[in-house]
Amino acid sequence: MSNYFKVLRPGINSTFQDLGRFGLQHLGIVASGCMDQFLFCTSNKLVGNKVSEGALEFAYQGPLLELAGETVLVAITGKVNFNIINKNGEIKQGLSNTSFELSNGDKIDILSTINSVYGYFSISGGFKLKEIKGSVSTLVRAKIGPNSGDKLKSEDKIFFNKSKFLDKTKKIHFDFDEDNTIRAMKGLQIDYFSKKSQEDFFSKEYEITRLTDRMGMRLKGKELKNLVNKNIKSEGITKGSIQIPGDGQPIILLSDHPTIGGYPKIANVISADYDKLVQKTPGTKIKFKLVDLTVAESAFLEYVRKF
Amino acid sequence: MLKKITNIGDCGIICDFGDEVNKETNKEVIQLFNFIKDSVKTKKIKGILNYTPSYNKLIINFELGKIKSKKIIDFIKNSDYSKTIFSQKNKIIEIPICYDEEFALDLNRMEEKTKLNFREIVKEHLNTDFFVYMIGFVPGQPFLGDINRNLYHDRLDTPRIKINKGSVGIVEKFCTIYTFESPGGWNIIGKTPLDLFDINKKKTSILSPGDTVKFKSITKKDLLYFKNE
Repeated sequence: MSNYFKVLRPGINSTFQDLGRFGLQHLGIVASGCMDQFLFCTSNKLVGNKVSEGALEFAYQGPLLELAGETVLVAITGKVNFNIINKNGEIKQGLSNTSFELSNGDKIDILSTINSVYGYFSISGGFKLKEIKGSVSTLVRAKIGPNSGDKLKSEDKIFFNKSKFLDKTKKIHFDFDEDNTIRAMKGLQIDYFSKKSQEDFFSKEYEITRLTDRMGMRLKGKELKNLVNKNIKSEGITKGSIQIPGDGQPIILLSDHPTIGGYPKIANVISADYDKLVQKTPGTKIKFKLVDLTVAESAFLEYVRKF
Repeated sequence: MLKKITNIGDCGIICDFGDEVNKETNKEVIQLFNFIKDSVKTKKIKGILNYTPSYNKLIINFELGKIKSKKIIDFIKNSDYSKTIFSQKNKIIEIPICYDEEFALDLNRMEEKTKLNFREIVKEHLNTDFFVYMIGFVPGQPFLGDINRNLYHDRLDTPRIKINKGSVGIVEKFCTIYTFESPGGWNIIGKTPLDLFDINKKKTSILSPGDTVKFKSITKKDLLYFKNE
């Protein structure tokens, strides 16, 4: 008997991800990978997988899936409102950040993330996904990844490996960091901007707009004045770079960013604050705090201690 | 010459070869890029995730917690990569192109601007040995140069919303090939039926930074019947 989930509703942006596809950026292929690394890894830990096992990432509204097959152990991480509908139609509210069992005919209805953007769905034993160049991450823009490089669609079947069972379900306690301060280091072209704009950037509030996805996050706030040149010679891009195009409004480059770009960069979000940043919803006002490499490195050590 | 190495964020460094955009500078970038790529492959250095050459810079991304930027910087400073071959192959890669008016959307404007006729523009383009400066923005998209000065042309004032895959475009001294349908502001002079990029192939991208490319004119009929291997 083959085991699979049938996709009854795909959700807004449901894709398979892992920790990323590396070593190909010189050919224009960005690493991609999960947006929130902590929640991604945790979803795997809760079902006894290795942390890098491919999982389903969803944003805002997730999918409605129906299980056809043997009983499985799964977990959903994040702040997620979801229901489990058993085959008799009984609806039970689901508990996120806890592993639980699903049986043949059960449906899992991932309604929404709560005051956050991304959540993860993992299954014990892992999904059956085709690796492309060493990774199961999906880059929809270039159709790279499992599921033909696409988002989930209605009627898709998601196959998975035979579940490994744990003795008991696992859970973690987890809260998002409500603080809206994001730490960042000086960008390569920070000197392109007026002293006043540099100060503004690291002191004024910037609002996250709806023009935000896995590729980038557009912010709205005090216009940043470029005194040198609004373009630079195109150069490689790093995740978390904050570029300032001609209109003076910042764009933070996220996991699916273009591999090279020609806008000056004022700052770079530190690795330890990336998960926190990507979970902030449009309308949130964030502030950047300037830190140096030493602070960024010790913040990272603290961040990995959570794992 | 490598002018300076700077940290970008907490998991990247940028090797800066100066402000000039020319082949000589880019060849040095590609030399260091090939050296780093080989060093990663032969495990002379660990923890490097990506290396991205551009006209005059090389960005190296690494795994924070696995390696410190200082170690990579020292590794580069203490290495002699000037002997590294800068291209993987010496042969010229031929790319078929159809200049039929159906695809050459901007040839008329270019005729006006350059004061050359269609035939002369095509001839110049076909006679150029193009150097692959870098690949990116989207997967597989090459940035080729240098075009003869009399063909220089500015970017379109209003970019097109949709440019078809395979379109060949010119801006200033550079030529590009769109590997995906996308918006864009380049002056389109023709189309290639060749798939430069296929993620499912072992050799994902036909071109690598540092390669040499020459275009070969084909008819519209050749284009329609062209088979990608």
